[in-house]
Amino acid sequence: MSKEEKKVNRRDFLFTASYTVGAVGVGAVIWPMIDQMNPDKAQQALATTEVDISNIEPGKSITVLWRGKPVFLKRRTSEEIAEARAVKLDDLPDPQKDEDRVKEGKDEWLVMLGVCTHLGCVPLKDKGDFNGWFCPCHGSHYDVSGRIRKGPAPTNMEIPKFEFVDSNTIKIG
Amino acid sequence: MSEHEYVPKSKAAKWFNDRLPLLTLGAHLTDYPTPKNLNYWWTFGGILTFCLITQIVTGIVLAMHYVAHADLAFASVEHIMRDVNYGWLIRYIHSNGASMFFLAVYIHIFRSLFYGSYKSPREVIWIIGLMIYLLMMAAAFMGYVLPWGQMSFWGATVITNLFSAIPLVGDSITTWLWGAYSVDNPTLNRFFSLHYLIPFLILGLVVLHIWALHVPGNNNPVGIDIKKPSKDTVPFHPYITIKDAFALLVFMIIFAGFVFFTPNVLGHSDNYIPANPLVTPAHIVPEWYLLPFYAILRSVPDKLGGVILMFSAIFILFVLPWLDTSKVRSAVFRPIYRQFFWILVIDVLMLGYVGAMPAEGIYLVLARVGTIYYFLHFIVVMPVVGYLEKTDPIPMSISEPVLTGGAEPSLARKVNDKV
Repeated sequence: MSKEEKKVNRRDFLFTASYTVGAVGVGAVIWPMIDQMNPDKAQQALATTEVDISNIEPGKSITVLWRGKPVFLKRRTSEEIAEARAVKLDDLPDPQKDEDRVKEGKDEWLVMLGVCTHLGCVPLKDKGDFNGWFCPCHGSHYDVSGRIRKGPAPTNMEIPKFEFVDSNTIKIG
Repeated sequence: MSEHEYVPKSKAAKWFNDRLPLLTLGAHLTDYPTPKNLNYWWTFGGILTFCLITQIVTGIVLAMHYVAHADLAFASVEHIMRDVNYGWLIRYIHSNGASMFFLAVYIHIFRSLFYGSYKSPREVIWIIGLMIYLLMMAAAFMGYVLPWGQMSFWGATVITNLFSAIPLVGDSITTWLWGAYSVDNPTLNRFFSLHYLIPFLILGLVVLHIWALHVPGNNNPVGIDIKKPSKDTVPFHPYITIKDAFALLVFMIIFAGFVFFTPNVLGHSDNYIPANPLVTPAHIVPEWYLLPFYAILRSVPDKLGGVILMFSAIFILFVLPWLDTSKVRSAVFRPIYRQFFWILVIDVLMLGYVGAMPAEGIYLVLARVGTIYYFLHFIVVMPVVGYLEKTDPIPMSISEPVLTGGAEPSLARKVNDKV
């Protein structure tokens, strides 16, 4: 090989430039093909749900659908709140205070996604070893605050973004 | 491979064959020298081809009547069952056909395990076969979602949620798979699209599978290399075609038995309840052919651990040719490995059984024992037994055990000879 051929010459530049432009072009085509599978505008438009909570008695709960997923709204009794707060954080696989799972001053309202954090089944209410929820699919037990206590689920049931529009209405999302 | 040059008889055929040698390919497939001692466990390749074609033909017909929409899918399936001419028959063939397909593929895989068909020089055939198996599972899962019953919906929810176990990006991947914030209409729509695509991908891989097979030629029950063509081989047609055809007929009788007498026995009655995102059925179970993997998933009390172990149970099969250290292919001459093979068969059947049972008490214990053995079999038993085992004498050729009624010790090869 002569010295001249080892130097970067015009052909090397053309190869590199072609590969680079080609890679950018391929990427520019692949990304839309991948991103089209993400939730579309119609799905995103369903992002909030308003719920009337005026006729839920203490100790009762309702289930509403938000973004295709069930949301549990439970109006807890003072005993249930006391029970949730008496639990030591060391006993929890995913330590979280009950106070951090509700809105301040609205302690009786537990609003959470009714979706087991294991593989997405809907847990049954008033079941399980901890007076809360029990997932029939793979046996996860949740307490009265919706925190995981026993079973394969890795985390507590999720608290969605929500706010009180007025004293009788909750907006989820 | 037959070495002789094929020359078409007519001038027109020769003209065509010179431009596209399809007739040469046909002649190769007809004359293809096949070991003369293939038993009925070797007929499942042909049976599987039949299964694939049956699924494609019935599936194309069903797609003419099915509507892939969350509000309409369930009703359209009932419309197929009640209104479409012979719709019940076509759907029952398709749904039971999936089960028959898996029945045949499991026999095909275990045949390969027993006779060492995955070993050198057939590793690539084995790996392509596993890719076909993976695609079959994906197609079957997505097909099960399409009727949009309770089992469809919650099966889809549980399986897609497996991906949420991936650290950091898991939730984004799950949302991306769904095209929504839960299993919903976009999910159903894309599953239909992919369910239609996958059989054709499988068809392509089947061509590669057979192509790769025709390079070294078939393994055989004795597991020795043979000269081709020789007195140890017969032409594929008519000797193998007629044997395959007979086995296929027997298989079709069993298939028809399911379709006409117990078309729903392998399904789950909850799937005749329309999908309801607010209520999970009390017992979610996958279709029977996925139960062993489901048992492995549930045997681990940790989400990510369970998912990793379940996928490992499949992917460990890809490195099987390199985990097996034995120089002898066929378990016929491997007295120790042969026993472990049958333990593995029982182990997988047991895992399938406990996968259908609730994950508690004795079932959980059995699932854990079964899972541990499954992995020990591939990681420890196969390499170690391959080294330590004293194998039986191997015949010099297929003809000897066939023609003399047993290998003469003086004719037998020494154990460590190259086979």
